[in-house]
Amino acid sequence: MESFFSRFKSALVLVAVLLAQVIGLASQMKRANYAAREDGHHVRGLRAWPAYTIAPVESLLKHMGGGVRGVWHSYIDLRHVRQHDKDLQYQIDQLRLREASLAEDARQGQRLQRLLAFKQQYVGKTVAAQVIGTGGGDQGRIVTIDKGSNDGIRPDMAVITPDGAVGKIRDVFAMSSQVLLLNDMSSGAGVILLNTRSRGILRGGPGGVLIINNLLPDERIKAGEPLITSGGDRVYPRGLPVGNVIYMKPDPDHQPYATIAIKPAANLDRLEEVLVVTEVSQQLNTAADDDQEEGKKAAEVVADRLPGLKKADEKAGDENAATSPAPTLPRPQPAIHTDRYSPGAAPPATSLTPGAPNTQFVTPTQHTTPNAPEEP
Amino acid sequence: MPRRHFTNRRELEEHSFHPAVLLAVPLCALFLHAYLPRIWEPLSILDLPMIIVLYFSIAWRNPIAGTLFGTVIGLLQDLPGNQFIGVNGIAKSVLGYAAASIGLKIDVENMATRVLMNFVFCLLQSVLLYLIQSILLGQAEAHPRWVHELLRAAINSAVAIPIFLLLDRTRMDSVL
Repeated sequence: MESFFSRFKSALVLVAVLLAQVIGLASQMKRANYAAREDGHHVRGLRAWPAYTIAPVESLLKHMGGGVRGVWHSYIDLRHVRQHDKDLQYQIDQLRLREASLAEDARQGQRLQRLLAFKQQYVGKTVAAQVIGTGGGDQGRIVTIDKGSNDGIRPDMAVITPDGAVGKIRDVFAMSSQVLLLNDMSSGAGVILLNTRSRGILRGGPGGVLIINNLLPDERIKAGEPLITSGGDRVYPRGLPVGNVIYMKPDPDHQPYATIAIKPAANLDRLEEVLVVTEVSQQLNTAADDDQEEGKKAAEVVADRLPGLKKADEKAGDENAATSPAPTLPRPQPAIHTDRYSPGAAPPATSLTPGAPNTQFVTPTQHTTPNAPEEP
Repeated sequence: MPRRHFTNRRELEEHSFHPAVLLAVPLCALFLHAYLPRIWEPLSILDLPMIIVLYFSIAWRNPIAGTLFGTVIGLLQDLPGNQFIGVNGIAKSVLGYAAASIGLKIDVENMATRVLMNFVFCLLQSVLLYLIQSILLGQAEAHPRWVHELLRAAINSAVAIPIFLLLDRTRMDSVL
């Protein structure tokens, strides 16, 4: 027996180590959708070690690199800056004009949606963060950012760039956080195809591609069609750009569904700075409008938003102003021949007696026809 | 001048390293494994921890040491990611054991042998990872991309050669 253990000592150690790790894997598999969710307490404790040791070094290297780049951009690469500045200023002016009209449209749309009690989430408050590292390898698509729980970051917050959605927060540590990118295989986001208004679930595919595989083939879906977040997943605020359709082809593994490949709007392979959405708002900047509209009836709000109706109402109001200063509800014309169904003829329900004769309903002015038999 | 006296070929080819090297090299590999893809995403194809596990396992020629070293490096590699902790641990345990066992039988100082070993072990790791994900973890979406894995094996073999030569210089017995 002793010779057996000494002879197969190496193999037994290997088997023991493998067995211990398989048991460890089995204990982690209790959690559904493991890779996409925040870790449990014990696993997060384990993952905290590299976060507290590697992240500061990565952050230091990032800032050193930023310093070198800053020297280059600030002192050396300053050619054509004035012209560039003018061009940018012109673009800003144009964008401000466009933003004003879009914001008005958005406010109008939102007011109408509020009438339908349809709540949507928009980006309210963000925290800027720098990408300082990755999860390593190409099995998982996660990056590390230099903001953590000290900066108000919490799991499942959306991470975006000005180009579009990037991912969501997975594990949070004191000074760093993990961001699960959209192209991770465990990732998922609700999206809307902008032209066809089809709703789908965006997932990461093999090799870091973005795919939608829960939609039926639709020949209206063309390459280049843009996608936005739907807001239905309660992670990503509605309306963020996600990407564009590259192609659509039948999915042989999941018939009759199609596979739609998506090119992400944000460059997920070269992320530098990102924004973490720490607060979502249910509405755009409509505080002033709310004060004015508080107490108004729904129909009046709609009338305010619809110019044609408003003008018509104003004209009618001007005409009626002289004759009837206070608007009243229309009343029915008095009946020529009153009967039991005439307005005001029926006594109140509280005065009725169960089983009483029907004569209570006959009013004193009831009209009887000549041919009708007289009651005894 | 102190000299080491070897009694057989195995003892002759068992190399030892300074503890600082044993600590610094794996940590450096793990750090670069997490940091390099941030600079250029295609660098995520590199598996520096695997190269380090192979080198030390071959150098020690001790399957138990290779197994334990592979386990520790694999588990540390799993920590910064979002995968199950133990996936790389299992794969690299087997790799460390196999590399140390083979190192007992063939001449691993030869350049061609080193390239071939790296290529084969890299493919072996891909197969192990696929089996772990598809069978143990039941991940249906874990489709093998064999062209990608062949490319990964070729690139890692090419990168391993200069790293092996560099690490050869850190052997304590080569100095004596």
